[in-house]
Amino acid sequence: METLNEWAFVGVFFAIAWVFPALPIIGAWLVRPKKPNALKKQTYESGVETVGDTWVQFRVQYYIYGLVFLIFDVEMIFLFPWAVAYERLDWFAYGAGFLFIFLLTDALIYAWRKRALEWV
Amino acid sequence: MGLTGGDVLTTCVDFINTLAPCLVRAGWHGDIANLLSLLLGVVIVATVPLLTVILLIWIERKFAARIQDRIGPNRVGPYGLLQSLADALKMLTKEDITPTGADRVLFNLAPIITFATVVLIWAIIPFTPLHIGADLSIGILYFVAVGSIGAVKVMIGGWSSNNKYALLGAFRTIALIVSYEVPMILALLVPVLMAGSMGMQDLTHAQGGMWFIVMSPLAAIIFFIANLAETGRSPFDLLEAESELIAGYHIEYSGFKFGMFMAGEFMQVFTVAVLTAVLFLGGWWGPFVDQVPALGFIWLGLKTAVVYLFMLLIRNTVPRFRIDQVMNINWKFMVPLSIVLILLQSFLLRLVDVLGLRPAPELANDLLANLPQTLVLLAGNLVLGAIFLLLLQRHGRTLRKADEALAAVREPAPAGGMAEA
Repeated sequence: METLNEWAFVGVFFAIAWVFPALPIIGAWLVRPKKPNALKKQTYESGVETVGDTWVQFRVQYYIYGLVFLIFDVEMIFLFPWAVAYERLDWFAYGAGFLFIFLLTDALIYAWRKRALEWV
Repeated sequence: MGLTGGDVLTTCVDFINTLAPCLVRAGWHGDIANLLSLLLGVVIVATVPLLTVILLIWIERKFAARIQDRIGPNRVGPYGLLQSLADALKMLTKEDITPTGADRVLFNLAPIITFATVVLIWAIIPFTPLHIGADLSIGILYFVAVGSIGAVKVMIGGWSSNNKYALLGAFRTIALIVSYEVPMILALLVPVLMAGSMGMQDLTHAQGGMWFIVMSPLAAIIFFIANLAETGRSPFDLLEAESELIAGYHIEYSGFKFGMFMAGEFMQVFTVAVLTAVLFLGGWWGPFVDQVPALGFIWLGLKTAVVYLFMLLIRNTVPRFRIDQVMNINWKFMVPLSIVLILLQSFLLRLVDVLGLRPAPELANDLLANLPQTLVLLAGNLVLGAIFLLLLQRHGRTLRKADEALAAVREPAPAGGMAEA
């Protein structure tokens, strides 16, 4: 059964999980050779000198996918309590869940028809 | 009553669970004993995947080599078993270059996050009926939450490198990971529906009579494919796409930081295999688990190995998809399918209840008692899958006809030069 101990475990785990990958990186930092020069530290673009700023605005397509994802992700989180309590639900709550999923489908069809799901 | 063989085995394996009371009996302060056993548990749970991954890299390389008609690593140690250790040593001595203009803090943080988030998932994996890191009541939600940090680490790595290829790779990966999270979470709803709980231990217990892969094969397939995409491996490896993007978001990484990305990827694949085994293949359930709980570890390992080898087979034999294909498969096939699946599965579960096919609570772990409801659910899944495959076939035919019509108009016909490499 869940106790506070379980969450203490997760807390300690969160603290320790960072140590595992950090240790070898720090270890490598201690032993590895360090002879940087300007040529070595160039941005690697297949031998071509990099032109202009990298951190620019990106395509709007990614933003649209992000929006669609956000809609679905948030809605699905609401579905989990419904699924957990499913066996104890009466027909009304069951129908409400159904309606909710229908709205989700509606959003998908809308995005589809608006061509938000096309990769252009 | 003397100890039977099973009891001895259980007591020996169970020292983690009994450490705290033992220490208290030996005169330790309660809190310190608790903390000690907690720390021990954490270290053990975190080390299991870490040690396994060293072996897994060898297995993967051998497996890929056999498929490609090579021998694979065979120089370091017997059968090349120590190859991973040699690689680790080599990476330790490699110079580590941070490119000019990179965001140093984030650049160093990304590989650590990559690895840490995968380790964190292991906190909720039930190894045996008695051994689990933390049996959270919201285990599934924990997995989804920790798993989605994966998108963040890609973005941090790609953005901080100050490299256009890395950034392009990161964008693609984010679009991919974020998209495939939708069908994955929807597929996760199905086991939750059937078990009535989000705790991993409860989910495993609920599969005593029948594995969820039989009760809902579609959910298992969707979960598996979506996770395959999340790990970013072939056929979904367009984040790396050696021929186009060089190496994707970790192009600028070298030395052990690069190694951390690779190790994180290997471990994520393994973690996915374990999760599939726990959620759909019955986890630690197997013969004699009732008498000897420690056996569950072996059953889970076997099931994981099967899933893992299947993933390796897919990785080494299926060609890469194009980005628009990947997106279409997800949004126009898997997401609609998983939504309809949820509706169907919840309806069928209601139907089973109304018809009285659900086994009595005391018979929940009995195979025969579970058979009626399993048949209903399985039939529903198969019909739905068939309908969606038929639709897909029809759509494919329409596309091909349009293509052929276009090719007939065009003169002379292109000599197949447009094919995706």
